[in-house]
Amino acid sequence: MSKFKAQIENGRCVACGVCEKTCPREAIRIYKGCYADVNDALCIGCGLCAKACPAAIITRVERIKEEERD
Amino acid sequence: MKQIKKKRWSDYLWIVSSTYFILGFFSIAYAWVGLLCLGTALIVSIAGGGKIWCNSYCGRGQIFMHVGNTFHLTRRAAPPRWLSSKCFRNTFLAIFLLTFAEVIYVTVLVAQGLQDMHQTIHLFWTFDVPWNWTYTEAISPVHAQFAFGLYGLMLTSLIIGIVLTIVYRPRTWCVFCPMGNITQMISKAKAKE
Repeated sequence: MSKFKAQIENGRCVACGVCEKTCPREAIRIYKGCYADVNDALCIGCGLCAKACPAAIITRVERIKEEERD
Repeated sequence: MKQIKKKRWSDYLWIVSSTYFILGFFSIAYAWVGLLCLGTALIVSIAGGGKIWCNSYCGRGQIFMHVGNTFHLTRRAAPPRWLSSKCFRNTFLAIFLLTFAEVIYVTVLVAQGLQDMHQTIHLFWTFDVPWNWTYTEAISPVHAQFAFGLYGLMLTSLIIGIVLTIVYRPRTWCVFCPMGNITQMISKAKAKE
């Protein structure tokens, strides 16, 4: 499991699909035209989607820290 | 790390969009094709296809991707957050709908003989750019009037989109694109069903 993963602000996502096209692992899908959904198991946290997102609402977060927050 | 994904026929729809804008310089009648794009996006989302139009078939979005990624004409800077706020997106949608209503209103005035056909393209809701060189004889003045209005809307969004691609990121236009906003609203309503 990679150290990082992509995290999306669903409420601000415009579901344009740029992240889906950019992801080299096909770890992102647009859920019913509503928002982008990351498959955590496939995401390697490369950050390409975060750099490409036109709304800049994707961040690369550390998995461990996120688990601690939960 | 970046894998090369196999290209699909839909990845070349930017050629259709580019042709649309080029043809508008020669005969305004082609501007009517724009309605097909707007209509298809709506029909697809109403039919439950989500935002597949934006995701895979929007030629204009592909133009912005080529401007930024192929020609590297982009700063890749993050756009301001208010651009993706519901308030701004809905306000922009309202402006778009009002502009579209104005296009129809002017067309009706021409149809009723109350106004002559304006051979101009209304850009950025402000400038009337003379478009006299365009061939209009193929269609009636009423049809031509609507075509001028629609083409003005399309060209305005293309120019704004290219500028935003250069200043921020490719497809920044998509963040507040009125059609994208409508289709997302429809998709969200359908997802709740």
